[in-house]
Amino acid sequence: MELFRNVNVDWLGKKWYFLCFSLIFSVAGVISMGLHWAHIGSPVPLGVDFKGGTQVQVQFQNSPDANAIRRATDAAGIKDVQIVQFDAAEKRQMLISLPTPSDASLDAGRKEIVDALDAHYNNPIVTTSVQVVGPTVGHQLEKQAALATLYSLIAMLIYLWFRFELIYGVAAVVAVFHDTLITLGFFALTDRELSLTVIAAILTLVGYSMNDTIVVFDRIRENLRLSRREGLTEVVNRSINQTLSRTVLTSGLTFLTVLALFVFGGAVLHNFSFALVVGILIGTYSSIAVAAPMLVAYQDWRASKGKAAVLPAGKRSK
Amino acid sequence: MKKNLNGKIATIIGVLVICLYGIIGIPHGVTGAALLDALTQRIHLGLDLRGGAHLILQVVVKDAVNAETDNTVARIQQELQTSKLQGQPIKPDPANPQIIKVTGIDAGKASDVRNDLADRFGTEYDITGSADNSVTLTMKPSQLTELQSKTVDQAIDTIRDRVDQLGVSEPVIAHYGLGDNQILVELPGVSDLNRVRDIIQSTSRLEVHEVAGNSAGYASEQEALTSLGGTLPPDEELLHGDSQGLVSDGQDHVFLVKRVSIVGGRDFRDASAIGVNDAGRQGVNFVLTNAGGERFYDYTSSHVGSYMAITMGDRVKNVAVIKGAIRDQGQIEGQFSKQQIDDLSLTLRTGALPASIVPIEERTVGASLGADSIRQGVIAAVTGMLAVMVFMLIYYRGSGINADLALFLNLVILLGFMGFSHATLTLPGIAGVILTIGMGVDSNVLIFERIREEMRTGKGPAQSVDQGFAHAWTAIFDTHVTTIVSAAILFMFGTGPVKGFATTLVVGLIANLFTAVFVSRVIFDSHVNHKLAGQKLSI
Repeated sequence: MELFRNVNVDWLGKKWYFLCFSLIFSVAGVISMGLHWAHIGSPVPLGVDFKGGTQVQVQFQNSPDANAIRRATDAAGIKDVQIVQFDAAEKRQMLISLPTPSDASLDAGRKEIVDALDAHYNNPIVTTSVQVVGPTVGHQLEKQAALATLYSLIAMLIYLWFRFELIYGVAAVVAVFHDTLITLGFFALTDRELSLTVIAAILTLVGYSMNDTIVVFDRIRENLRLSRREGLTEVVNRSINQTLSRTVLTSGLTFLTVLALFVFGGAVLHNFSFALVVGILIGTYSSIAVAAPMLVAYQDWRASKGKAAVLPAGKRSK
Repeated sequence: MKKNLNGKIATIIGVLVICLYGIIGIPHGVTGAALLDALTQRIHLGLDLRGGAHLILQVVVKDAVNAETDNTVARIQQELQTSKLQGQPIKPDPANPQIIKVTGIDAGKASDVRNDLADRFGTEYDITGSADNSVTLTMKPSQLTELQSKTVDQAIDTIRDRVDQLGVSEPVIAHYGLGDNQILVELPGVSDLNRVRDIIQSTSRLEVHEVAGNSAGYASEQEALTSLGGTLPPDEELLHGDSQGLVSDGQDHVFLVKRVSIVGGRDFRDASAIGVNDAGRQGVNFVLTNAGGERFYDYTSSHVGSYMAITMGDRVKNVAVIKGAIRDQGQIEGQFSKQQIDDLSLTLRTGALPASIVPIEERTVGASLGADSIRQGVIAAVTGMLAVMVFMLIYYRGSGINADLALFLNLVILLGFMGFSHATLTLPGIAGVILTIGMGVDSNVLIFERIREEMRTGKGPAQSVDQGFAHAWTAIFDTHVTTIVSAAILFMFGTGPVKGFATTLVVGLIANLFTAVFVSRVIFDSHVNHKLAGQKLSI
């Protein structure tokens, strides 16, 4: 069985469509992030992990009613409470969160919530999980996550520079940046919260998208070495087509596993797997539609300046 | 040409056996329950999976600095007295406890005082004089840093002792990477944090102070100050006490005591609860360390008839008259609850914390939630993996078996590593496993597609396999190295769940290099070995 055989698509000829597509999604994401920024002071809604606060997961005896819970917390004088249905309704779980103003009063929120609910509900409630993060730690984690992403991008750029050429590294990093931006944009658009596990997912998609891009680049490098007379545009097109079978298969299968995670992984992993589902689609697209065209664009730009082509001199790696 | 694969096959079987041992050890039987038991013994589950409490504590290092400079103030006073120099050490700014200022120096004597103090305290403090005839001692930055790290280390030791006494199994107590003075505490299976937190945080410093003023105490701070003529001597302080001590009238009393304790904190070696005594009060027996006992003996033998206050957490618990020299044993009594006595003796046995600590992050996961997460994670992983395996068999037919075996072995190696290294499997870790499966499939697909391409050009099976692997190798190598590099960085800069994720990803990818490139190759080669001339490869 074979999916693609002797495909001959002129990918680079469609670069303007790709550019439009990427721009629409990036711009929509950026606008949405901008609106969030104006509204809540961060481009994407932040989970307790990053903004600090108290989050109590409570299991009720009977189906809980958000309004009743709110009445209970209001009666106890607790302000700014956020109440979210946690899982499928029959599990009777609710997530109740509230911001923690300072590191000093860290423990107060959890006790307040539990006391208020205990007082209001006669039948016992069970707190299944508690997260309390002080604002200081939240900011530290936020900074740490941003730095980890930045460092890993730099490390990948350096590695690709060493194994290919600088422009390959730059193109791959731009493509990955594009994927991250669009994925974050989706988070902003759908009002999903960024947590530590979502950061792990975003770093995974960075690795995955990079993976896809490298497979195409590896083929370009190989083809360039074999046929030096062919133009770069033709080589890139041919390389994409040759690896297309693999790209679709791998992406399809990885998408399958991620989809299983999204469907069966439960509420705890929902945002995590959402980031991966979006990320894998975008990452696959970007290796074909963003990274490869950048190589050609760079080559054309060099040619217009009268400089020699830099690309065929791929480093010998074997 | 046939290849001799015996050595390679032996290597693979060896790795498989070692990893299987890593996963289940030597089980006490082959029933499902025995195997599951063995598995849970070897693979450490994170708190998010098995339930438990996770705390990050901030050590208030300023406390330790404060205590240290309090001590120095007393030493400076003594030094100035013995050198017959005038001067009064004070700590001008509570926000900067590392600064001591000596004021009230005789005109023109400032340089004498400075030289004298420089001789005694120059190694620990920077000493400067100023125009208003005062001398300032500032703790040296190196000294401050040392004191800070010592304080955090001591706090970790103390917390570990206390947690051990509570009987929590497999706790983690360690420096936490984000801030300088943070401690990570992980307590598997603990879902009610209240008592644990109280015990961990308890600074309950038991100290014995000399009573300076009225041994029966004063009715209010005002009264105490009036009796002193309005000002509190710098080496003394006022402490409140409830109806304990020699008076027992249920009122709040104020006691005047010497600031520096006779014994306290680390001088206590052991403690145990005693039952209700004749007076109807409960108490704690304590034992002092050798050094503490020496000091206590010196003091009590020369102060028979005077009073000492036993204080806990800045409250006077008891005032006792010294009837004779005591070396290393004593008793504290008071109206304590059973729980308080247990906790007090626990904190005494484990020593006092060198500084107070404040929780800055807290997470607890109920055990049932953990079990739910495991089930869902495992279902997702198994479903995803099965779907991939079935697809590979359909799409690549015979060679699909290679891919499936490689995937399976990959999982075994990954779990085996977790078993050997005692790395913790977290929920994101399970996600990492699923991603490893994805990358594993990618390597196989890359190779198989390449073999197909070679076969299309008319090459025979052996040559196609050879060329297919050779051509796919650079892409596999580069993709794996980049991902491992980024996962390693994630491991270095990440914490908690992110770290667990990075661990499984790195190990999974290394295992994948072995299975996809080496194992799959051996299976292909052995397959080709058994082919008759002209037979095609099933791919």
